[in-house]
Amino acid sequence: MAATHVHGGIGESIKRKEDSRFLHGKGNYIDDLALPGMLHMSILRSPHAHARLKSVDTSAASGMPGVIAVVTGELMAQHKLAWMPTLSNDTQAVLATDKVRFQGQEVAAVIAETRYQAEDARDAIVVDYEVLTAVTSPEGAKTAGAPLIRDDKENQKDNHIYHWESGDQGTTRAAFAKADKVVRLHTFYPRCHPAPLETCGCVADVNGVTGKATIYMTSQAPHAIRTVFALVTGLPEQNIRVISPDIGGGFGNKVPVYPGYVVATAASLLIGRPVKWIEDRTENLISTGYARDFHMTGDLALDKDGKITALRVHLDSDNGAFFADAQPSKFKAGLFHIVTGSYDIPTAHITADGYYTNKAPGGVAYRCSFRVTEASYLIERLITNAAIEIGMDQAEFRKKNFIRKDQFPYHSATGWVYDSGDYHKAMDVALDQLGYDELRKDVEKRRKQGEVTGIGIASFTEVVGAGHGADFDILGLRMFDSAELRVHPTGKAMLRMGTKSQGQGHETTFAQIVAEELGIPAADVAVEEGDTDTAPYGLGTYASRSTPVAGAATAMVSRKLREKGRKIAAHLLEAAEEDLEWERGRFFVKGSPDKGKTIQEIAFAAYTNLPEGMEAGLEGVHYYDPPNMTYPFGTYAVVVDVDKGTGQVKVKRVVAVDDCGVRINPMIVEGQIHGGLTEGFGIAFMELITFDAEGNCIGSNFMDYLLPTAWESPKFELGETVTPSPHHPLGAKGVGESPTVGSPAAYVNAVIDALSPYGVKNIDMPVTPDKVWAALRAAGVSE
Amino acid sequence: MNSVSPNLDALARHVSLKVNGAERSADVEPRVLLVDFIRTNLRLTGTHIGCDTSSCGACTVLVDGTPMKSCTLLAVQVSGRSISTVEGLAAGAAMSPMQTGFHEEHGLQCGFCTPGMMLVGTALLEHNPNPTEEQIRWAISGNICRCTGYMNIVKAIQHAAAIKAEAVKAPKPEAVAAGGGQ
Ligand code: FES
Ligand code: FES
Repeated sequence: MAATHVHGGIGESIKRKEDSRFLHGKGNYIDDLALPGMLHMSILRSPHAHARLKSVDTSAASGMPGVIAVVTGELMAQHKLAWMPTLSNDTQAVLATDKVRFQGQEVAAVIAETRYQAEDARDAIVVDYEVLTAVTSPEGAKTAGAPLIRDDKENQKDNHIYHWESGDQGTTRAAFAKADKVVRLHTFYPRCHPAPLETCGCVADVNGVTGKATIYMTSQAPHAIRTVFALVTGLPEQNIRVISPDIGGGFGNKVPVYPGYVVATAASLLIGRPVKWIEDRTENLISTGYARDFHMTGDLALDKDGKITALRVHLDSDNGAFFADAQPSKFKAGLFHIVTGSYDIPTAHITADGYYTNKAPGGVAYRCSFRVTEASYLIERLITNAAIEIGMDQAEFRKKNFIRKDQFPYHSATGWVYDSGDYHKAMDVALDQLGYDELRKDVEKRRKQGEVTGIGIASFTEVVGAGHGADFDILGLRMFDSAELRVHPTGKAMLRMGTKSQGQGHETTFAQIVAEELGIPAADVAVEEGDTDTAPYGLGTYASRSTPVAGAATAMVSRKLREKGRKIAAHLLEAAEEDLEWERGRFFVKGSPDKGKTIQEIAFAAYTNLPEGMEAGLEGVHYYDPPNMTYPFGTYAVVVDVDKGTGQVKVKRVVAVDDCGVRINPMIVEGQIHGGLTEGFGIAFMELITFDAEGNCIGSNFMDYLLPTAWESPKFELGETVTPSPHHPLGAKGVGESPTVGSPAAYVNAVIDALSPYGVKNIDMPVTPDKVWAALRAAGVSE
Repeated sequence: MNSVSPNLDALARHVSLKVNGAERSADVEPRVLLVDFIRTNLRLTGTHIGCDTSSCGACTVLVDGTPMKSCTLLAVQVSGRSISTVEGLAAGAAMSPMQTGFHEEHGLQCGFCTPGMMLVGTALLEHNPNPTEEQIRWAISGNICRCTGYMNIVKAIQHAAAIKAEAVKAPKPEAVAAGGGQ
């Protein structure tokens, strides 16, 4: 444990306060909860991707040992709960009543005394399906005569969900007409899954006497969930309490409301006992929020000097059976239109079309700020391809086209205002750390000897920290966030926020902000999140928004208390407020440093010896609505060797230079970057959720959905530059997702660079040995 | 005791085993998985379930000192054996070298994989007190961590090895040679 003299202010890599319960096996995850009288729920899921539901026979199941109830869509419909709203203003079936629309869709649920009994009875439910043709891609969805997936919706005549545009078509068209060179890339960012190690689940406990519904659930956004529940069920919001206990990883998977939560809550209400529902891994992979699934075509217009003059992008989005993208912006394709990336591109035009398919719904941002990952991947791949095609070095081409430091705040062609950046510097640090020039020579030399080797670069720009509230909301709830700080008489404090850690170390990082701003050592600040009865209202933790938003709120509330502290100190010291000076943890009289009062003395006085007329106590709350997003960035460089015989890619080096502004706890920041680079590695080389022609999900367990282990995962060499956000009170920007956003393109670019002598321009992720081998073979290299 | 299945039928079997040094016993259905027995019957919830198909290692416990995935064993299979779980790592409030290593090297984020990782690490150091990075990576390759990217887990296990080596060195310097080799 941290020694008591450690203050733990900003910039200190103090050890984490939350570690000890996890190290002793005393974490408090959802499945660890056991309430008296608790029942267990198991969900029957559709084996078919598309089928009409003819009958659901629960008679055998109902009579089995331990079974308390069997819930069907029909029963839910009687309570008007067979459908629920999604975060993208569509509807989603809670339990199917008419058709099943993806494999794994919820059909019925058994509630029994034990999980084993619930599963036994689930298997005894007999469902009669009339199997229909499945649609498994946007291509299939738009074919004439394709089966209509959403026949439940009036006015829905085909499988098209939305068309959306950004930028300027006219000027972009004109720029392409004048271009000296056009580079095109068509690439598919396949469906993958956040797959946190802990699956989703809940314990719903509705008190039949008081009507109070307490729902413990794996949620990254408990307050928003409470409001959604109130709106869906009609229960008064003060009677709903959502508690997110310790969460075993989220990565976006734990943002949406899933049918299981709704059914368990309804079942607890009907039965009057607590009901626990915990997904198994297959349920998690086949039915909960997937990510990506974007088919993208990008065109880059260049002049003869290699300057980019325009960007044109079209994408088809595969949204699954219900449009349930978990994103709070006003933009249909999320933040995808940040696709101009780190480059000063005068004009751009983006078009996007979304389609229903017979696949799981819920496009979540897998460690990503609402589709910025797809955008960053596309532009970084295009940039490398363009450099190769015009015969310019990748790094030099980037530097030639980067937004320059003096252009910030930068207004992008698609309407974003980048707050700050120094892309050239991050690139230089990365190249230096890599020893790029030497390495490039080495690559050339080894290629002459017949080796297949390459270097990939990606210089991403992220956009994180939603709001501000005018552009971002969930069902109208503006994307602010909050912090409430109470300082006790003994000078110890309790900080509560509207966010929810899933491993990011909030209990430490946010205590450090208080330590810096109010001077109370981090060890003396208890941080609590996730209980809607006690925490101030907030929109939750995802899209790297906790530090940019709740972190700012924490700084602001600390400063509020400090100002009250100044008044109290003036009273105690019998000095004028203006004559007091603040140093971390203490006010003192200007010119007499030993005449001072510590924050602990001030806190005690706040309850015992106040100036005349002042309200007692030292506590406050702050709601922070950010004026803009923050724009972390960085340059990642990857070196690979490719085995010609097997197509196996070996990642030799990964250099990652991140600029996330001011780092509050560098150790935690680096841990986040390691994790994200590893998930990015998984996405680039291993992780794939795909479907056969009948819509069967391939990737429904960890033997098919491959995650990186310690054996495959590369080692990382980290670097940093610091460009503080000008509008954040601490200059911080958010970092958790930068490495997943930036790294997939760096990995794939390295492979493309290695294969460039053979004319290979694209391999879709995951870049598996068979695809690489096939590309080499087509080029006449492998046998 | 809270049981996995209250409606025990004639199939119930008596299971008795040592868990973290204490004798524990219960009547369970033969199909009850060891992980469910540990979590539900014994209420030791530090052993986690990440997949229940033997793929993730979150459920790892030591059976007579050997790491095993408790989602893939039946409780009845280990009757008479000795099991160690994460709850048995510390001596009272004092952390074991492995726990200290994970804390000091930031070897955990969400903590869900951590019990399994620490038990594998503990077993590794029993056989190999001074493992190379490669040996550590191989040893933990049956355990998935979604959060850390493994670098700090490797360092955590190395840190634990160093603490143990120190402890061996401190009282009797001449014992190092005996304890240190591979
Ligand atoms: S739960 Fe046992 S290996 Fe995953
Ligand atoms: S710390 Fe979260 S899975 Fe390892």
